Amino acid sequence: MKLDVRIHGRGGQGVVTAAELLSVAAFDQGLHAQALPSFGSERTGAPVTASCRISDRPIRSHDPVSHPDLVMVQDLTLLRDPAVLAGLPDDGTVLVNTRRDLADLARGGLVMGPAQHWVTVPANDLSRELLGRPLPNTALIGAVVGITGLLEPEAVAGSIRRRFAGLGEHVADANVRLAELAYDLVATQTRGSGTHA
Amino acid sequence: MTTTPLRLYQVGTFAAGNRLLDPSERTVQSSADRASSITSGHRACRGCGEALAARVVMDAAMRATGGRLVTVNATGCLEVFSTPFPESAWQVPWLHSLFGNAAAVASGVAAAMRATGRDDVRVLAQAGDGGTVDIGLGCLSGMFERNDDVLFVCYDNQGYMNTGVQRSGATPAGASTANTRPVGSGIGNAFGTGKNLPRIAMAHEIPYVATATIADLHDLEAKVTSAMSRRGARYLHVLVPCPLGWGSDASDTVRVARLATQSGLFPVFEAEHGTVTQVTPIRRRVPVEEYLRLQTRFRHLFTEPGRPDVVAALQAQADRDIARYGLDPEEES
Amino acid sequence: MRRQLEGSLAVADTVARCRPRVVAAYPISPQTHIVEALSELVASGGLAPCEYLTVESEFGALSACIGASAAGARTYTATASQGLLFMAEALPNASGLGLPMVMTVANRALGAPINIWNDHSDALSQRDAGWLMLFASSNQEAVDLHVQAFALSERTSLPVMVCMDGFVLTHAVEEVDVPEQEQVDAFLPDFHPRQSLDPDHPVTIGAMVGPEAFTEVKYLMAHRQLRALDEVSAVAQEFESAFGRTSGGLLQPYRTDGAELVVVALGSVLGSLADVVDELRDEGLAVGALGICCYRPWPFDEVRDALRGVTDVVVVNRAVAVGSGSILGQDVRLSAPRGTAVHDVVLGLGGRPVTRDVLRRLVLDVVTGRVGSDSLTFFDLDHDRAAAELARELADTVPANGGGS
Ligand SMILES: Cc1ncc(C[n+]2csc(CCOP(=O)(O)OP(=O)(O)O)c2C)c(N)n1
Ligand code: SF4
Ligand SMILES: [Mg+2]
Repeated sequence: MKLDVRIHGRGGQGVVTAAELLSVAAFDQGLHAQALPSFGSERTGAPVTASCRISDRPIRSHDPVSHPDLVMVQDLTLLRDPAVLAGLPDDGTVLVNTRRDLADLARGGLVMGPAQHWVTVPANDLSRELLGRPLPNTALIGAVVGITGLLEPEAVAGSIRRRFAGLGEHVADANVRLAELAYDLVATQTRGSGTHA
Repeated sequence: MTTTPLRLYQVGTFAAGNRLLDPSERTVQSSADRASSITSGHRACRGCGEALAARVVMDAAMRATGGRLVTVNATGCLEVFSTPFPESAWQVPWLHSLFGNAAAVASGVAAAMRATGRDDVRVLAQAGDGGTVDIGLGCLSGMFERNDDVLFVCYDNQGYMNTGVQRSGATPAGASTANTRPVGSGIGNAFGTGKNLPRIAMAHEIPYVATATIADLHDLEAKVTSAMSRRGARYLHVLVPCPLGWGSDASDTVRVARLATQSGLFPVFEAEHGTVTQVTPIRRRVPVEEYLRLQTRFRHLFTEPGRPDVVAALQAQADRDIARYGLDPEEES
Repeated sequence: MRRQLEGSLAVADTVARCRPRVVAAYPISPQTHIVEALSELVASGGLAPCEYLTVESEFGALSACIGASAAGARTYTATASQGLLFMAEALPNASGLGLPMVMTVANRALGAPINIWNDHSDALSQRDAGWLMLFASSNQEAVDLHVQAFALSERTSLPVMVCMDGFVLTHAVEEVDVPEQEQVDAFLPDFHPRQSLDPDHPVTIGAMVGPEAFTEVKYLMAHRQLRALDEVSAVAQEFESAFGRTSGGLLQPYRTDGAELVVVALGSVLGSLADVVDELRDEGLAVGALGICCYRPWPFDEVRDALRGVTDVVVVNRAVAVGSGSILGQDVRLSAPRGTAVHDVVLGLGGRPVTRDVLRRLVLDVVTGRVGSDSLTFFDLDHDRAAAELARELADTVPANGGGS
């Protein structure tokens, strides 16, 4: 059992934090996990990537994930970058932070294989509503939980809560809520697959 | 204090002889139980002002701290002449690391003493002017701004003597050094260069900054004692003539130092938290020429055709400092 | 206790449990998280008594450590890259004076061009500075090596550098068993310095030594360094009995038994390398990996023994010795038994990821004779880009005669 996730976003969106939260949740439920830092510049707005590995076996590698089971795209504009889908296997999944639909994504440059899945979550909208700011990462984490079925929602809530404890209880609550909302959204969403622009 | 009573024997100086003073006010050096922090047998040149100053400074600090003292030394003449392997002239715990890091090493020692509950042990760092104003300035400024509990003493002989008398940022204008020779129409070390470290130290607003010379050992000791009675970063800048580098007679070391102060070229003062609190007035003002003429590093200013313009410019520097610090009691301010 | 946390924080926590009395450090990526965490621990009283010096430079940092160690305090600092070079003058001073202290190097490339990412150019450039140099392959090992490093440093009275790959390890969040305070206390005795600045027993430390004795002093230093090899093994063994896990030591062989090809490497690539070895073994290739944990002193005999019977050795160099070849490769060549082909390969410079794909391709290329053993190979080089630049330079070169009229 393993899940390799690669996260693409922009500096300030919480790319590295997202990887860390997933890894902590996995660890809390007794799995092995690893979150690897961005290998890009961390200036606000610059493209950033992070990796997260989850497995029931100890993880030895420290290289960035190059064959992700799931790619999380925190910023739609990054879809034009071919590096975003690089190494995604034929049955891999792309999770995109957008309120748009498949056709839009295709126009945005997303070209996928026939068995590859895509899932969308309007994480910025959700976050704006609950936090007043577009901070998509916790909602997207919730979506990962829903998509993969690998992590327990309670473990994810716990990891989010601890991470945001310093910012006050309502911030932590709102972030947990974001994860739950996205979790529910993807549960009811039928997944798209195979786009052809 | 064990002292050896001697008959009064007054040389023709303007200073009251040590032995005229009440025993409690006498110099540390007049006492047989002085620490002799640096023993005889080291390899300094005869007439070395730095050796004299270091001995006086260390012994005074030893007395002020009851012998609870550790010293850190930068590379330079003092380090080299005092520790030719396998000998050491030091009777105090002594650490030499590098040329430019004495202040930081001393900060580390002070931190260690504090962290291990031994802050009764005080730390004194020493360096030449090169190890202070040039290569060591970064570390020294750091030690100042953190207000680390260190007394840093600069023995200013106005050049890199250990490496053969090259200029430093403390070399005066007009001086001939191994790399500022007055060739052609040159005057030696240029005007408009160099830096005044006591004022730089004051700009850090540290608790104590003082200048002194080996012409007034009593004053030097008093300043060390005053410095050691305080905590935090302290700086003492001591003018120490170097017969070799200055081309002065070995027997004139003290005299040259005195003329440096009496001419106004080296103001002697104390400052606390960035403000001057005390100046040593000039008792008998002399023209700078009297000071310069004793040193071959300024000889080119006086050999035909001579450079009266340079001498005048140095006189103007001295006059400016006399006015700036109010050193001449006769002068209207 | 097992925790899921960032490598830097795990190291900071562990260092704090080693109870340093003086920490002096200057910030540089990717070391910052370690020293920030330590400064916070000192400020909050979580690490006490301890003095944290916010020095003005790395030169000041190491100098303060020199003073603190000479004054008898357990001392720690951390740096990387340009910072390590800024310390360069003080590095052999600390070792030459025989001052125990521990420094983390969050390995990062050296500029120019400036680059904040991981490779081993910084630490390897200081290989002759007289420090013991240990390389961590994971954050667990980084943590464990710090505990061992303090013990090692104080037993040998030599400074120890613990190298951990910048970002790749320092910023990786993974599972680490951070040793408990009681465990560390039991393992690490109080520091009893061999020499110390003490008014009751005045000593002169750092005297000048001339031609009449300098050679002997250096000989003794060289001798003590090599003798430290035994201590490295001994400390690792004691650590294993005390903590119940293997960490550190001189070498870390992985499936080298019966291996015809062995890949030698330092640091965090060893994990990926182990995965690749497993994969290739499953495919029937007799390959293994040899991790060098103790890089200085160089375990000459142990490396030779580990490579006995191996036909091809591949050295993964994450640094270049411009003008002569590789650094680690040179060491390995010295140890390789006669007749072994040593394939010296540079890859993963300045943060270029050393992925399992790359490592796998490397081994297969060696097996199929595409990577020679007579010269240095830049394995992950973008040949087209480099060739284009070379061609452009050639075209720009003005002929010696001035290019005609
Ligand atoms: C990094 C470094 N650069 C240069 C030197 C060479 N050096 C040793 S002492 C010295 C000059 C010392 O001058 P100063 O500090 O004024 O002391 P002095 O010898 O005049 O008392 C120099 C340049 C050195 N030891 N280290
Ligand atoms: S060169 Fe000058 S400072 Fe050095 S020992 Fe001789 S007199 Fe003293
Ligand atoms: Mg000097």
